[in-house]
Amino acid sequence: MSLLKQAKFLLSITRSHDIVRRYFVVNGFDGALTMLGLIIGFLVSAPTDTSIIINVCLGAAIALGMSGVSSAYVSETAERRHALGKLEDAMISDLQDSAHGKAVHWVSLWIALVNGFAPLIISLLILTPLWLSKAGLSLPISPLYAAIMVALILIFLLGVFLGRIAGISWVRSGIQTLLIAVLTSVLIYLFAGH
Amino acid sequence: MVSVKRVVLDVLKPHQPNALEFSMALAKVGTDYCVRLNVIEVDESTETLQIEIEGNDIDFEAIQSTISDMGASLHSIDEVEVQSEIQGN
Repeated sequence: MSLLKQAKFLLSITRSHDIVRRYFVVNGFDGALTMLGLIIGFLVSAPTDTSIIINVCLGAAIALGMSGVSSAYVSETAERRHALGKLEDAMISDLQDSAHGKAVHWVSLWIALVNGFAPLIISLLILTPLWLSKAGLSLPISPLYAAIMVALILIFLLGVFLGRIAGISWVRSGIQTLLIAVLTSVLIYLFAGH
Repeated sequence: MVSVKRVVLDVLKPHQPNALEFSMALAKVGTDYCVRLNVIEVDESTETLQIEIEGNDIDFEAIQSTISDMGASLHSIDEVEVQSEIQGN
């Protein structure tokens, strides 16, 4: 069985597709809002060098990624070991070498990677305008505003993704998540802007 | 040479993989296997199955190994059909 087929089979027998999806959205949203918060924080503060902003945001993105991978792996492994133990009791046999036993490690690892890479990749995408500006590319708007635009677009797309899963209007769902981002921005502006 | 043509097995398996995935995995062990699966009993975490496999030359060890790989256990072999073949000169 190829690696991809094996991964699909393990996700299927553990019914983990929806968990992976949930982690992707939850932590992806985390990453996008964190970057949005940091960038708005810089925007309402004294002018700062772009490389400092990139370093701060990159530090937070890497920390979010590492936290996502490690926390999900530890908690998923513990939960899956517990479930495997219960299944072994019901089957009255050792399942360590079976697909269920292998899934404890591999499915936990897959979920952990999605949980870690979702905020990391989304954060890196949000930082793209800052990198382009630092590389000498002139943008039509300030790189910080461009980064905010990218963050809002990605947050809207996460909402669209959720809407499609739920089978409801994707426009409505996208606007809902966008409103959360706008509310977050207003709160940051109110508390940090003065 | 003796070849196994048909076996009926009593198997206990977890709910996942489901009956369709389970029987497809067993059918894939050979090239001409016909698998019939009956769910006899469903418990909270397990299912008792009666599986009938027909083929020209069933590889029983491979079947057993696939059953274990999917987290199931073989309780008994309930029926067997084997056939001897005349060796050619």
